[in-house]
Amino acid sequence: MIATRKLKNGIFKGLCLAATLLGVGILVVILFTLFQKGLAGLNWALFTEVTPGPDAQGGGLANAIVGSVMMTLLGILIATPIGVLAGTWLAEYGQQSKTADTIRFLNGMLMSAPSILIGLFVYQMVVVTMGHFSGWAGSIALAIIALPVIISTTEEMLKLVPTSLREAGAGLGTPRWKVTVKLSYRAVGTGIITGILLSVARISGETAPLLFTALNSSFMTTNPNEPMANLPVTIYQFAMSPYESWNQLAWSGALLITMSILILNVLSRVLPRLKKRRSA
Amino acid sequence: MLRALPRDGDNFFRRASFASAGLISVLMFALMASLVVGAWPALHKFGPGFFFSDDWNPVTEQFGAANALYGTLVSSFIAVLLALPVGLAVSIFLSELCPQWLSRPLSIAIELLAAVPSIIYGMWGLFVFAPWFGESFQVWASDHLADLPVVGTLFQGPPMGVGLLTSGIILAFMILPILTSLIKEALSTVPNVLREATYGIGATQFEVIAKVLLPAVKGPIFGALILALGRALGETMAITFVIGGAQTIETSLFMPATSISATIAEQFNEATGQLHISSLIGLGLVLFMITFVVMGTARVLLRRNRK
Repeated sequence: MIATRKLKNGIFKGLCLAATLLGVGILVVILFTLFQKGLAGLNWALFTEVTPGPDAQGGGLANAIVGSVMMTLLGILIATPIGVLAGTWLAEYGQQSKTADTIRFLNGMLMSAPSILIGLFVYQMVVVTMGHFSGWAGSIALAIIALPVIISTTEEMLKLVPTSLREAGAGLGTPRWKVTVKLSYRAVGTGIITGILLSVARISGETAPLLFTALNSSFMTTNPNEPMANLPVTIYQFAMSPYESWNQLAWSGALLITMSILILNVLSRVLPRLKKRRSA
Repeated sequence: MLRALPRDGDNFFRRASFASAGLISVLMFALMASLVVGAWPALHKFGPGFFFSDDWNPVTEQFGAANALYGTLVSSFIAVLLALPVGLAVSIFLSELCPQWLSRPLSIAIELLAAVPSIIYGMWGLFVFAPWFGESFQVWASDHLADLPVVGTLFQGPPMGVGLLTSGIILAFMILPILTSLIKEALSTVPNVLREATYGIGATQFEVIAKVLLPAVKGPIFGALILALGRALGETMAITFVIGGAQTIETSLFMPATSISATIAEQFNEATGQLHISSLIGLGLVLFMITFVVMGTARVLLRRNRK
């Protein structure tokens, strides 16, 4: 009796361990594939030369890298002030009111809306209105994806600010907005920045919304008023193509983008801890 | 000027922050409205039949959502079915069985699975996983499972690698982290007294977990499952790579199929006419409605349990 119970327990623990190894193993296998196939194309030309024509020799991803960085930065620049302010309203003013609850619910729904729908939305609002695909449209799509993440992290963080800190500020006759900006933001600034970093990581791999907004471009451009090259869509087109040189560039781009995103993720975990250690 | 600011500053700050928060409602409303407006020509032409017809032919301009809807639902269902047991086992291992020094790095590794972009899952799925899966499991299954009564038809067909089942498996990997982190969170809310009491009467770890902990967090696990389902429904790039892109409904899980998001991603830029684009946006509207209902349910369930 005791032996069978112990045996069951052992089998159960073994299965749980196996499942965990499977999960971690998949991450390892994906990273291994990326290094195995992408490392060969990781050279100077990848960063300095623009995307080549079909079946051509050489070339790199310079235009795609520049476009991706630009659209991600523009997207975050649009989303951050709106997101931080909206999060502030929810935490400081809205609190438990009906309006705040509704906005929180809608924010959650926006966060879980499939990103391809954000692409369709921006296509109809911006691309159709402007009459052409553009870097702006891409940045706006990315901003809409980043926004709900920034809103909810800002709110969560501001909720951690002790009321006594606010009261202390208010007691000195400081206006409320100044208490929020000078005391609360400063107290939980690292947390808010972590949220922003995470949303950078999230949007920099997004492909679907860029398909109908920024589209792609085989030229180097820094003008967001034109269709703009970007890594994800380039990877998609090149990976699906029959040309070996394009496939190689797709794998190298995939390695580049995944490593940047993983580094951002790890950074966003380490940052709050470093800060804590320094102030301790 | 500066002196007057503190008072007006308060007003200004409050208004600016409220406007930002209100923007979310405007965005959600505009998103829904733009889908309805964009889909209108197709809905007007095909009527309610748009949702049930399995016709999808850009040449004759006949469009219906059934194929894509079928692929979306089946692949997501497979994903949830596969991810649930694995996610349960992983979260139990990480929160109950594993020593603390090991639990943190392993948790981070599992969470990083969620950070890997969808398109990378797609490439890996198409070039690495699908060929291997075709040669190993699918060949074996068509020899051993295809002749079984009832379930046999699910495993018939050529071992191509890509198809509905492959999409479901790739989706399962992608939703594993969210499932794991939500179940872990739920397990952490179970009071320690329960564990101690059950260990105290001589129960094994398996018995404590299966008979005390899991029944206590049934509700949140169900909520987590629905949330993960919502994620799987809207996933685009990974599916576009591995589902095969065929506008058909087949009984076999090995056959190529399509999903709502894959159809939109593949055809939007090559759409031949206004009606084609409108039908694709109509598919988007269907996806929006499904995810809205599923995610709304999940949120209500999870919130009720948290209180």
